[in-house]
Amino acid sequence: MRLALGLVLLVAVLFVLSLLSGQAPVGAGDSLKALIAGDGTPLSVVMREIRLPRALLAAMIGAVLGQSGAAMQGYLRNPLAEPGLIGISGASALGAVLAIQTGLSLMFPLALPLAALGMAVLAVLLILALAGPRGASITLILAGIAISALAGALTSLALNLSPNPFAAADIVFWMMGSLADRSFTHVWLAAPFMAVGALLLASLGRGLDALTLGEDAAEALGIGLSGLRLRLILGTAACVGAATAVAGAIGFVGLVVPHLLRPAVGARPSALLWASALGGAAMVLAADIAVRELLPARDLKLGVLMALVGAPLFLHLIYKTRKEMA
Amino acid sequence: MSLMTLRDLTVRRGECPVVDHVSLSVSEGECIGLIGPNGAGKTTLMRAALGLLPASGESTLAALPAPERARTAAWMPQAREIAWPVTVERLIALGRIPHLPRGARLRSQDRAAVEAAIARMGLDSYRARTATQLSGGEQARVLIARALAQETPLLLADEPIAGLDPAHQIATMEVFADLAREGRSVIVSLHDLGAAARHCTRLLMMERGRLVADGPPGAVLTPGNVDRVFGVSAYYEDTAQGPVFQPLQVTR
Amino acid sequence: MWGCVRPSRIITLLAALVLTGAAAVAEAAPKRVVSVNLCTDQLALMLAAPGQIVSLSRLSHDPDSSSMAKAARAFPTNGSGAEEVYLLKPDLVLAGTFTAATTVQMLRDLGIRVELFAPARSLEDVPARLAQMGAALGREAEAEAMIATFRADLARLTTPPGRRPRAALYYVNSYTVGDRTLAGDILRVAGFDNIAAEAGLERGGTLALEQLVMLAPEVIVSGRDYPGQARAEEVLSHPALRALPGTRVAGTLTDRDWICGTPLVLTAVEKMRDLRLSLEAGE
Repeated sequence: MRLALGLVLLVAVLFVLSLLSGQAPVGAGDSLKALIAGDGTPLSVVMREIRLPRALLAAMIGAVLGQSGAAMQGYLRNPLAEPGLIGISGASALGAVLAIQTGLSLMFPLALPLAALGMAVLAVLLILALAGPRGASITLILAGIAISALAGALTSLALNLSPNPFAAADIVFWMMGSLADRSFTHVWLAAPFMAVGALLLASLGRGLDALTLGEDAAEALGIGLSGLRLRLILGTAACVGAATAVAGAIGFVGLVVPHLLRPAVGARPSALLWASALGGAAMVLAADIAVRELLPARDLKLGVLMALVGAPLFLHLIYKTRKEMA
Repeated sequence: MSLMTLRDLTVRRGECPVVDHVSLSVSEGECIGLIGPNGAGKTTLMRAALGLLPASGESTLAALPAPERARTAAWMPQAREIAWPVTVERLIALGRIPHLPRGARLRSQDRAAVEAAIARMGLDSYRARTATQLSGGEQARVLIARALAQETPLLLADEPIAGLDPAHQIATMEVFADLAREGRSVIVSLHDLGAAARHCTRLLMMERGRLVADGPPGAVLTPGNVDRVFGVSAYYEDTAQGPVFQPLQVTR
Repeated sequence: MWGCVRPSRIITLLAALVLTGAAAVAEAAPKRVVSVNLCTDQLALMLAAPGQIVSLSRLSHDPDSSSMAKAARAFPTNGSGAEEVYLLKPDLVLAGTFTAATTVQMLRDLGIRVELFAPARSLEDVPARLAQMGAALGREAEAEAMIATFRADLARLTTPPGRRPRAALYYVNSYTVGDRTLAGDILRVAGFDNIAAEAGLERGGTLALEQLVMLAPEVIVSGRDYPGQARAEEVLSHPALRALPGTRVAGTLTDRDWICGTPLVLTAVEKMRDLRLSLEAGE
């Protein structure tokens, strides 16, 4: 309980800090007053139309990425499993780019998250097929590399073939992720999918706990494994697909957060689900504040910061895994 | 009252029957040892009986819906997987999952069951330790405790005492025998024929997928059966401290 | 030996010498002109003599990019690559200073004259480019006339307004331009104050959406809609732009009127001036 309260408090504080972070040089009190007042002044427009959706998206995206990382790790019983690393974010980005390039998202706005979700489902299915139930780290990472590489190549191809001169530069956004200039349009587009995905993943708690004992024992404990797998696939795809569709591929959240919080929840997969959601929200909020405060003049992409934190941790985890296997 | 009945249970891998038309019935109060050489189909039989494998024929246990089956029979697989560094107490508490309503925390009856399991397996000093840091034998005892905490009428265990030291082997077999005396039933697959002879009330001997002998240890462990199925000669005697069985020489 | 050569022979020789010399002088007017840059395409179309132009760049046919697309369609296009251009056997190639340096160098190495035109950075550059093109094509007289017309039209469109409304030029990827650019100059002449100056931007640069909203200009002139889609264009339709009560999003920064330093920029000046007048009328 103390952990839950602590994390909720952390998220709340970071949320407020995110609202106060940005280009406009105004004091905290005035900013918050303008947010509440909504009186049509420029500051109020900045707060309500630019900063509020950005903070909301950061929290939502962080939460679902953290949760889906914890879910994948729980199912595959492997601490290296993470939607970004195993190619699900990359595939989602491909889906989103295809929806935009074909003009589908203009005709039918929901096509954007749906296309991302569809590609994410494909990617999850591929990973589960390649890595298998006894997904050893090696097989898992290799499968992830393959899927990431393929998705990235196809995304670059689609953008390069576009008649639009700016499409090729978009690749940076899709590969690295960014929350700059997101609006409530994006919030409403992604929220329903994220909500459904989060609920599906939350229902996995008991099954993931039982999986601690292995698949056989879990099934004998009354857990329906195929139903579990289906909810995992759909839940992860919905969460990661929607998040990537509006903010590009943001990696490492699902790796770092569960890893940091696992000791705090006694390594219980079910507890790790909600803890990683809160932790993920905090992490992305913090990173988004950092990209605006550290280098305000340049548009530092969110994914860069995530990679700077996450990649060394990933290397450390690989090293640890290697030592255990030796 | 029969806890589990198998009728002509058959599992095929391709053409070959790994379990070949096995029929048996398990009632309350039995401590059953499932014995047979490597590859006889012991593990496959138990998994098929539980419905974890597709099989033809009938198994009353497999026919139950999953939640009810989980409250009827507890299963301890041979692969002693512990995926995450949880505490011993938490691991044992996983056995209560079939009894917990969705999303519920442990109730007093669940805690009582966990305590009983810990006491039975002598794990009181291990409660707070990380399960993944224990030795193989200690982990085996923890996993048995988990199966005990499930408090089911029937317990199936695949080689639960493999890798345990002599004291703990005997203690664990006595736990199973006690369970039988209390009215529950246990089916354990064993390679240690001596332990099977001493602690089990009934033995099931398998050879190449078929059930070739079913009865009390004395009736099953005849020199003829032991020679034909295991390819060894053995010393068997009913002593004052109970039956003693010791394989002596390879006959094949 | 003078006695052996007949006088008629000498006259023929002398005549040949004079004519060759004259031809050498008249060689200044190129006969096969290839243009590989959108702006030089249009300048050439305006000033060239019939038959001078052999090929124009592909963009000249695109009605979104080129104001003279219809006129340009009479000519074949090239992909601005050195090989293609060389095979057209030009005696003059018109390029921009931002045309790939390797292409320009290769053409020069192959012995072809390449004339480079810098992009216009203000309305004053238009007469300069016209003069440069006139000199290159040997059509100085036509250039002079065009410059005079341009100055007259510009003067006509430039009337000091009562009040200078604040405006912003906002392109894809949050890009804006200041006073020291052609687009900025168009805005200034039409009677607006460019808020890029308030943000400290003289030439081009990124103006974050938040800053744009805080500066709250009266008019946001937004970048054009390119074919195909790019996520980079999303900022132009951000709800925040429409949430400011005193701001309207109006006008489009079309490529064809705003980019090249030709007299056709006056179309843009006129549109902007009309926009300002409608703002004043609306008040």
